[in-house]
Amino acid sequence: MAKRKTRRQQIVDLAVLAPLDWIDERTGAVRGTKWFLFRNVPRDVSWAQTLGFATLIAFLTQTLTGAILAMYYKPDPNSAYESIEHITNDLTLGWLVRGMHRWGASVFVILLFLHMGRVFLFGAYKYPRELQWITGVLLLATGMLMGFTGYLLPWDQTAYWATVVGINLNGTAPFAGPWLAQFLSSGPEIGGDTLAKWYALHMLLLPGAIFALIGVHLYLVTRLGVVSPPWSKEQAGRERPVAEPTGARAGLVRRGTEGGAK
Amino acid sequence: MSNPRHDTPHSSGPSLWPIGFAIGVACLLLGLVLSWMIAVLGAVLAIAFGLLWARDVTRDVRGDVPEIAPETRVVADELAPGAVPQHKPLPAYPRSKFLEASLIGLTGAMGAVLTLPVLGFMVLPSFTNIDEDEVDLGPLDNFPEGEYVIATYLKDPAQGEVTRRTAFVRNNGQSEAGDPSFTILYSRCVHLGCPVQPNGPIDEERRIELKNAALLPVLAQSFGCPCHGGLYDAEGNRTAGPPVRSLDRYTFSIRNGRLILGELFAVGSVSGTGANARISRYPWSTPGVHVDGVEAWLYPIVPSQVTG
Ligand code: HEM
Ligand code: FES
Repeated sequence: MAKRKTRRQQIVDLAVLAPLDWIDERTGAVRGTKWFLFRNVPRDVSWAQTLGFATLIAFLTQTLTGAILAMYYKPDPNSAYESIEHITNDLTLGWLVRGMHRWGASVFVILLFLHMGRVFLFGAYKYPRELQWITGVLLLATGMLMGFTGYLLPWDQTAYWATVVGINLNGTAPFAGPWLAQFLSSGPEIGGDTLAKWYALHMLLLPGAIFALIGVHLYLVTRLGVVSPPWSKEQAGRERPVAEPTGARAGLVRRGTEGGAK
Repeated sequence: MSNPRHDTPHSSGPSLWPIGFAIGVACLLLGLVLSWMIAVLGAVLAIAFGLLWARDVTRDVRGDVPEIAPETRVVADELAPGAVPQHKPLPAYPRSKFLEASLIGLTGAMGAVLTLPVLGFMVLPSFTNIDEDEVDLGPLDNFPEGEYVIATYLKDPAQGEVTRRTAFVRNNGQSEAGDPSFTILYSRCVHLGCPVQPNGPIDEERRIELKNAALLPVLAQSFGCPCHGGLYDAEGNRTAGPPVRSLDRYTFSIRNGRLILGELFAVGSVSGTGANARISRYPWSTPGVHVDGVEAWLYPIVPSQVTG
């Protein structure tokens, strides 16, 4: 005979579980969330493996503070600088949100590199996680472009001349360089259309690309799980049968090295 | 803990030859800048490893060439009398395949119709909508002979301050042929584009205001860049620092006794001075881009050659 539920359990069922079930039956959202969050991780995961998540939080902070700065910023050559001054000096808490966005940009880039360093030192880029590394490289590139495009927006002397130098650095790339530079400055040199173009890149196109890439990156993290640290004593994962390589790689794998870390 | 039978060998990794190929290409590019020997070495490496790579990749496809048997056919009248010739059924092209292909094709075409103009609008105006207004720097008397004058002007007054540019103008008097001669340097450093400054005192008292320009005489025989220490002499030739060519110059014309700035061009180097200077002229290009020497091979076509 099934045990009768206590009254408390009945209330929980009715108030929480029933609505969740209702949603899950129609969307799979609860199962999806469980798949995403309630994963098995190696017993000896290290704190260094929280760096990717820290990068994610830094990026989300940038999106939030950036979206709100956009409510007061004016991407026009004749008023951009004044609007930044206005945010910093006049508007309540403007200094704080601008400061968060400005310092947060550096935090984001530093975390990107720390996370990448962790992945490299753990050898976590190896089979089957190569595509995670590649989406990671694309995230690094778009992340750095965020910094490059954002730096122009205050439209002060530092921003302006640093961007002139940055654009012309791109211009020295062989073959396509001068074309890239002319595209970036919307003409032979920085002019009336440059600022708005960089603003659009900085707040629409690049963050959109980063969101999409993070989606793929995290899907792969969930699908493949995280590696155990290199110092782990436990054998992780399944054994990988060593197929004798052929062609140019013949002889690259030593026999008798089957299995994970010993 | 682990069960080898639960795993199947994953697809084999890519060939390693591309690494050699990449090293070859890198050597080739470096060699173009550094020395011929390295470039040749790089080319040889790239070709060798490229071939090895291609061989490796096509290994499975190539195989042995099958021997082709001579064609044989049973001719109708050789058939035994009364035998019916046999036909294999023609392969059918099912309706579902046709619909699938048309759906993909049509969606692709519609996608292209939607996105191509949009992408074009993102990229093309940077190259096609460059209106060069002529700039009037006032009567020739504004430019005493042999002296540099800093001219700041609005290239496009409608756009405002963001189009403010600076030129250094020196009246060289008459050339040997008896034409008026001006040296007009653009203030943009040809290292990476910072604002080059004249090394000498500015004569504020002789400042002249024009409609969209201002003129300031300066006593200078050289120019310096604040960003990375580039130095140029009075002809715009590099004397120190990282710049890769001489300062850009303007063409000019004289209309009703007034000096009109023309278009910008890039300068490889200048020999001689003033009215007798010999200038190696090239189409204008981004600062930092070589216009002469072997390095210029890295920039075969620059935008100003296409957009004029
Ligand atoms: C916006 C930037 C990025 C975000 C939000 C992000 C997020 C994450 C997260 C949350 C994880 C889970 C494990 C962990 O937290 O360490 C992870 C793993 C991983 N990331 Fe990133 N990442 C970013 C950039 C990069 C970059 C630049 C690389 C390398 C080029 C990279 C390569 C990897 C790899 C290979 C893994 C798998 C590591 C393992 O399984 O232990 N990621 N990423
Ligand atoms: S920009 Fe002038 S020296 Fe670098």
